[in-house]
Amino acid sequence: METANSEPKTNYLNADYGIKSWLLTTDHKRIALLYLISITLFFFLGGFFAMLIRLELLTPAGDLVLADTYNKLFTMHGVVMIFLFLLPAVPAVFGNFLVPMMIGAKDLAFPKLNLASWYIFIIGACFILYAVVTGGLDTGWTFYTPYSTTYSNSNVVAAALGVFITGFSSIFTGLNILVTVHRMRAPGLTWRRLPLFIWAHYATSVIMVLGTPVLAITIVLVALERLFHFGIFDARMGGDPLLFQHLFWFYSHPAVYIMILPAMGVISEIIACFSRKRVFGYDFVAMSSIAIAVLGFLVWAHHMYVAGISTYAAMIFSMLTFFVAIPSAVKVFNWTATLYKGSITFETPMLYVFAFIGLFTIGGLTGVFLASVGIDLHVTDTYFVVAHFHYVMVGGTVTAFMGALHFWWPKITGKMYPESFAKLSAVLVFLGFNLTFFPQFLLGYMGMPRRYHAYPAEFQVLNVLSTAGASILAVGFLLPMVYFVWSLQYGKDAGPNPYNAAGLEWQTASPPTTFNFEETPVVTWEAYNYDEIDAPNKGVEVAG
Amino acid sequence: MWSNLPLFPARASSMAGHVDALYFALVAITAFFTILISALILFFALRFRKSRSPQATQIHGSTALELLWTGIPLGIVMIIFVWSSVIFFMQTRPPKGAMEVYAVGKQWMWKFQHTEGQREINQLHVPVGRDVRMIMTSQDVIHDFYVPAFRIKADVLPGRYTSTWFHATVPGRYHLFCAEYCGTQHSGMVGEVVVMEAGDYDRWASGAVDGSLASAGEKSFQQYGCSMCHRADAAGRGPNLVGVFGRPVLLDDGRTVTADESYVRESILNPGAKIASGFKNIMPTFEGQLSEEEVIGLVAYVKALGDGSANLPLPVNEPNSGTYPVAPKAEGSAAKSDKTATPPAKTVPAKPAARQ
Amino acid sequence: MPDSELAVHNLKHHFADLEQQKATSTFGMWIFLVTEIMFFGGAFATYLIYRLSYYNAWVAGSQTMEIELGAVNTVVLICSSLTMVMSVHFAKLGNRKLTAIFLLLTLLLGFGFLGIKAVEYHGHWVHHEVPGPNFHFEHQGNYDPRQVMIFFSLYFAMTGMHALHMVIGAGLLTWLLIANARGRFTPEYNSPVEMVGLYWHFVDLVWIYLFPLLYLISHHHNG
Repeated sequence: METANSEPKTNYLNADYGIKSWLLTTDHKRIALLYLISITLFFFLGGFFAMLIRLELLTPAGDLVLADTYNKLFTMHGVVMIFLFLLPAVPAVFGNFLVPMMIGAKDLAFPKLNLASWYIFIIGACFILYAVVTGGLDTGWTFYTPYSTTYSNSNVVAAALGVFITGFSSIFTGLNILVTVHRMRAPGLTWRRLPLFIWAHYATSVIMVLGTPVLAITIVLVALERLFHFGIFDARMGGDPLLFQHLFWFYSHPAVYIMILPAMGVISEIIACFSRKRVFGYDFVAMSSIAIAVLGFLVWAHHMYVAGISTYAAMIFSMLTFFVAIPSAVKVFNWTATLYKGSITFETPMLYVFAFIGLFTIGGLTGVFLASVGIDLHVTDTYFVVAHFHYVMVGGTVTAFMGALHFWWPKITGKMYPESFAKLSAVLVFLGFNLTFFPQFLLGYMGMPRRYHAYPAEFQVLNVLSTAGASILAVGFLLPMVYFVWSLQYGKDAGPNPYNAAGLEWQTASPPTTFNFEETPVVTWEAYNYDEIDAPNKGVEVAG
Repeated sequence: MWSNLPLFPARASSMAGHVDALYFALVAITAFFTILISALILFFALRFRKSRSPQATQIHGSTALELLWTGIPLGIVMIIFVWSSVIFFMQTRPPKGAMEVYAVGKQWMWKFQHTEGQREINQLHVPVGRDVRMIMTSQDVIHDFYVPAFRIKADVLPGRYTSTWFHATVPGRYHLFCAEYCGTQHSGMVGEVVVMEAGDYDRWASGAVDGSLASAGEKSFQQYGCSMCHRADAAGRGPNLVGVFGRPVLLDDGRTVTADESYVRESILNPGAKIASGFKNIMPTFEGQLSEEEVIGLVAYVKALGDGSANLPLPVNEPNSGTYPVAPKAEGSAAKSDKTATPPAKTVPAKPAARQ
Repeated sequence: MPDSELAVHNLKHHFADLEQQKATSTFGMWIFLVTEIMFFGGAFATYLIYRLSYYNAWVAGSQTMEIELGAVNTVVLICSSLTMVMSVHFAKLGNRKLTAIFLLLTLLLGFGFLGIKAVEYHGHWVHHEVPGPNFHFEHQGNYDPRQVMIFFSLYFAMTGMHALHMVIGAGLLTWLLIANARGRFTPEYNSPVEMVGLYWHFVDLVWIYLFPLLYLISHHHNG
């Protein structure tokens, strides 16, 4: 562990000082940190909105905030969490930091574009925040027409513009990752030697590049319609509100795979490391990412079973939606099988992995309820959907994000976090999460509609449980803030590879130098070569 | 009917049992797999923890296992797909002969109109044991008609009719929610469905009302001058509407549409959109001039003309020309339409009557 | 040799050689164009869906288009694609002067297109064909005027987005002209010219689809 002295003293963090060296950097690692800081702020902003929502729902009457305020709260919670946190969370932070390192490159293919994408993200975020402070937004994150185009009195155009602009940031990140994976791999790093994290990000990037532009044109049409009364989505003017829903979900369903696929890549890396094993069924896990990306584009209308589409259309989309469940199931089975005959330890990232697999299993299987047209008719637009979505997005993506943050924190900062506090917060997150969202499944099946400011009294007990859980969850998320910041100053030096993990990113210093590797590595091994790393006598050469 | 901590919605329609059965099956499947995965993780984590298993055994994978855990879930979800689609078919296909109730959603209330003439706001009275079909539209944004106890839900869209149906089985009062976010008072757009014994319902429905919905429509039909052109005597400038409802209509661009509620509605508010073959686009739009309630009355009236329970008013103007072609379809309906529809003889257009 | 110094100067730090750098930027540009296809694809899909349901209105709207101006603009754009190809060609040969001339020609043709488009827009404005409260449309045919307004909404959205891409293209051409004047491009390093060329051709191609869809497809139908 105490090899820090033999490491080079300059790294990407101290290579240059001053605010300018950060704001004008083209180093993918520094840009990843810029993203990490921004999205952390947005996560807590979105979380703040969520807490206010949960407090309002403590009592059946709408007594804490006004109805309009409540509508703005859940809208801003959705917009901030989805567009400013979940979409960039894993790809723009960990993808940015790790993709070049995992494939032995000095940087992403287009470093300036990478920096530009962060600025675009911030500009888009400013528009959204501007909408928040100047009247808010009350359309729901889905911007359904004609409410958003004609009836809402809130700041739709500014928010829509913000979403439009952040979309370009997403497109450029995806484009950068795609080109980097294709063109910048180290010698010997063939496609089938790539870490599954890279496969997941590759699939994610395909969705970003193909889906986001469709959201862009949709949002442009919404803004034009609101500004100039184009009438394309307005039934009173001969337009079709359902067309908006088709276009919106054509992006926004694949968008949930933008949020979950990279998280799945994280899980594969961590579970292999702490089981000291190859990921079981590498090819199938890699291909399931691609399958999810492709099938994800064919299922959008499952958001619209009750919206007024034809019975047969609903059935076709239902069947395709069931297909997309299969690759997710394959991943879960393969991760579970990876544990078999491993040599398992229980560091914090691994606890998050266990939580992820359990919660994602529930989230995925409740997705099967929603795919079933017969049941969706009853539970869509209720808290069942809210619960399902949060099991996948918080139980899945955020849990994996926390796992990734703990796993790669030593690599990013060169410091170790305090293990016991980290374990405590992982347990708090798991318990708080389940207490928050499990009651919502019951509420949903009982028929409590979502986006309700006030609700019938018989739903109160479950809502109180949910609010109680949310406060535990909040502590579970605030605690890491404290100990991560603490560790920057007081944390133990991590050394290049504290977990003795496989992967090129662990074969360089922590924190890495600006160009990642002293020499471009030549890869002669498969991913997850834990047999070679752990073999008593023939440890793999760990380059300095 | 609510205890202090209900965990399950009331079951008050013929559909609820079907939905619940599938729901419980899925809960069982979910519980099985969640427990299976959790138990395996727990078992592996303990059995293969580092102190008991210091060296991992590398396993690349197993195609047989992959096929197994691709195939089994695929089989399960396909069974669920068929099962849920069967239920969905029942949910979306109203039985013939269902009684009809019209609903208009607006920010933020529900307005209901019964064919007998009763009107209600945020309260819907229906009889137990009868099929009820809801024909719904919105005056502004998208709403959604949701009765959890019936396990039904359907979006209510502006500019068109959507429909759903139910068959209430237990008398009582049940929540009615708007389930599609519709603005400030979305959570106030709630009401109740009152399911009554058939006798009580009949007494309620025959209470003091001015007349049936169709008769209200007939009044509008005269008031707005529709009867000038839509005449029974083959001489109107607009199609003869007797016997049209529910039948296929040939359009001037060669397409055929069924004259359902949505088509009648569109033809009133947006007559240029689908012109019946042989007619000119001369009818003025009534968009913005009729309330949704008046449109519903007119639709109910046209529907009554369709099944012969109402008649067109007698012609009052000099004869004009016009034909209403009915595309030949099923023999049964053709026989009837031959009697009622005007013959497709092309007559020379006469001087138009004074426009209303 | 100044050329080899330039080559070193033009090689970014994270690439092994110029060849990898060029392959990377070309690949990136193609992916960018794919996103552009998806962007316009959404608009085209909307257009086609409405054309199916509002056929009569589409015919009526399309018959008011200035087909001559549209045709002239198509020719202008095709010519600009040709001059763009020539400038890429001469940039590869290292001929700075001819590269500049053809870049300038491309730029002028681009402005010509935008000018003609502005004349057309003005015509629509004068005839109250711009969607909004002033929209007014009366021509022969069985159609719903509100649906014609949707036609014009899509017309303006699609041609407007296309024109915006032309303006961005003009900015890129100006940037190339300056860089070329400073001697940034050599026979070994000229991928910016090539990339902008790809972009310019793509924008032309969008027009090649817009022109028949908006102007021609229903023109001779006597609806």
